[in-house]
Amino acid sequence: METEKKATRLGYGSALADLGDKYNFYVMDADLSKSTMTDLFKQKYPDRFINCGIAEANMMSSAAGLSTLGIPVFASTFAMFAAGRAFEQVRNAIAYPNLNVKIGATHAGITVGEDGATHQCCEDIALMRAIPNIKIFCPADYTEAYSCVEEALKINGPVYIRLGRYNVPVIFDKDNYKFEFGKAITLADGKDIAIFTTGVMVAAALDARKQLMLNGIDAAVINISTIKPIDCDSIVHYASKCGKIITAEEHSIIGGLGSAVAEVLAERQYAKLYRIGMHDEFGRSGKASELLDLYGLNAQNIIEKAKAMCR
Amino acid sequence: MNIQLVEKLKKTANDIRILSIKAVYNAQSGHPGGSLSIADIMSYLYFYKMNVDENNPKMLERDRFVLSKGHASPALYSTLALRGFFPTEDLKGFRRKDSYLQGHPVMNKVPGVDMTTGSLGQGFSASCGMAIGCLKQNLPSKVYCILGDGELEEGQVWEAAMFAAHYKLRNLCIFVDFNGLQIDGNICDVMNPTPIDKKFEAFNWHVQVIDGHRFDEIDEAVTAAEQDDRPSAIVCKTVKGKGVSYMENNYKWHGQAPNKELYEQAMNDLKGVK
Repeated sequence: METEKKATRLGYGSALADLGDKYNFYVMDADLSKSTMTDLFKQKYPDRFINCGIAEANMMSSAAGLSTLGIPVFASTFAMFAAGRAFEQVRNAIAYPNLNVKIGATHAGITVGEDGATHQCCEDIALMRAIPNIKIFCPADYTEAYSCVEEALKINGPVYIRLGRYNVPVIFDKDNYKFEFGKAITLADGKDIAIFTTGVMVAAALDARKQLMLNGIDAAVINISTIKPIDCDSIVHYASKCGKIITAEEHSIIGGLGSAVAEVLAERQYAKLYRIGMHDEFGRSGKASELLDLYGLNAQNIIEKAKAMCR
Repeated sequence: MNIQLVEKLKKTANDIRILSIKAVYNAQSGHPGGSLSIADIMSYLYFYKMNVDENNPKMLERDRFVLSKGHASPALYSTLALRGFFPTEDLKGFRRKDSYLQGHPVMNKVPGVDMTTGSLGQGFSASCGMAIGCLKQNLPSKVYCILGDGELEEGQVWEAAMFAAHYKLRNLCIFVDFNGLQIDGNICDVMNPTPIDKKFEAFNWHVQVIDGHRFDEIDEAVTAAEQDDRPSAIVCKTVKGKGVSYMENNYKWHGQAPNKELYEQAMNDLKGVK
């Protein structure tokens, strides 16, 4: 049976719409509400939705000001504009005073597809990771994206939620899944090599694991849905147990999950590491699936690198 | 406004100037010019206009103030100290390692500071966010914000201006400290933001141009602003370095501290105790 596929942005938008009764919060958007899916909230709670127009800098600083009234604010736009264009607004107006603003950044990574490199943000984790106070979530599927929104609301401070446009397999069962802040989630244990992965690449890593098993390689797959703070203990555990680690992310290998894991390995427990991600390059236009293959963001590449490391 | 009130506000403005210069002199660092130019507006807001409570600085229904030109922090800190939010002795710590009085204002650390500012343009946007929130929450609060004239060169300012007019933020009143100077010189030479009034009018704001050192004009403008259902911009013609002879209209005093001799002269000019 074909696995159901849904975009993480839909999980985000659906959660906002569903949580509107239970929690009081505002949602801001910058003329992309139909793309970020905040439109679902707007339909139900128009009085608590504020369209800021195509003006992301003002949206982020306004969200900061609005949140000082004691009500959380979700500010949404594409990752390129949330973390990129409005970086300094996020840093100085939201993160520095530790204000209760959640940044719902959709269309992250190259799976934006046809729009091309101008809209394919592969640097946002790096940018956000360097800012104090901000927590970073990067859900792997619809269910996790849905679930992490309520967890973000329980944190009194800024959270950056990295979301995608691309329809990815639904991995987790909605009725039995609960996002756990700050915890690496071991989806499959293994002893030969550990694959630390996040977002779109989690499904690919699970596929790779099946193939590797047929080749006699027992790979662990760990979903890092909280990129900051990162679960150091899990990384140390697998570094010690397997001695070989692959990271896989739809982001630059500079500053993202791969870097975060490398930092832990360098400081706490050595293991051989290979980072799968964008290798210091810009993306290009194309179908999301084609681009994932072109840049080696797929199960096949994970399998090849794992085999090479286990040889 | 009666004469006694105006005299009281004038005296307070002078005290703000004295404390601002002392703070910058003690720190040997900071921005005196733009602090002196807004002292009268600060005095008017905190000693006459605004509904704030020094014993309950986070009171929900309070009026809010955002110093978007956050480098004028000496004026804000001096005002808040005089108003009783914290001891005036603390001003001695301004810009020093162990003090909560950072070079640019930080909310939650300093009682009475409603927004962290310093990166130009952002405070204005934040005040828009506060204003729309107060309207949506049916709070009676007004939001006041001071911007520098040079600050208007930031693109974000015009994003915020559009936002405020679009959402008819009638509870938002901004003061543009139109002293004509910025770090590199005359604003018209560096990057001319004029005509300021016409620009805000084009953005559908209620606009007035006044003398920013005259309390009767400030009060009339703020009162008129309250009668309009649009956001209000009060363009205040001011003198950078107002009150200290050698600092007046001299851009070099945007961001440097006086030495001992010049400090004493400043205190003489302001009739302050050295």
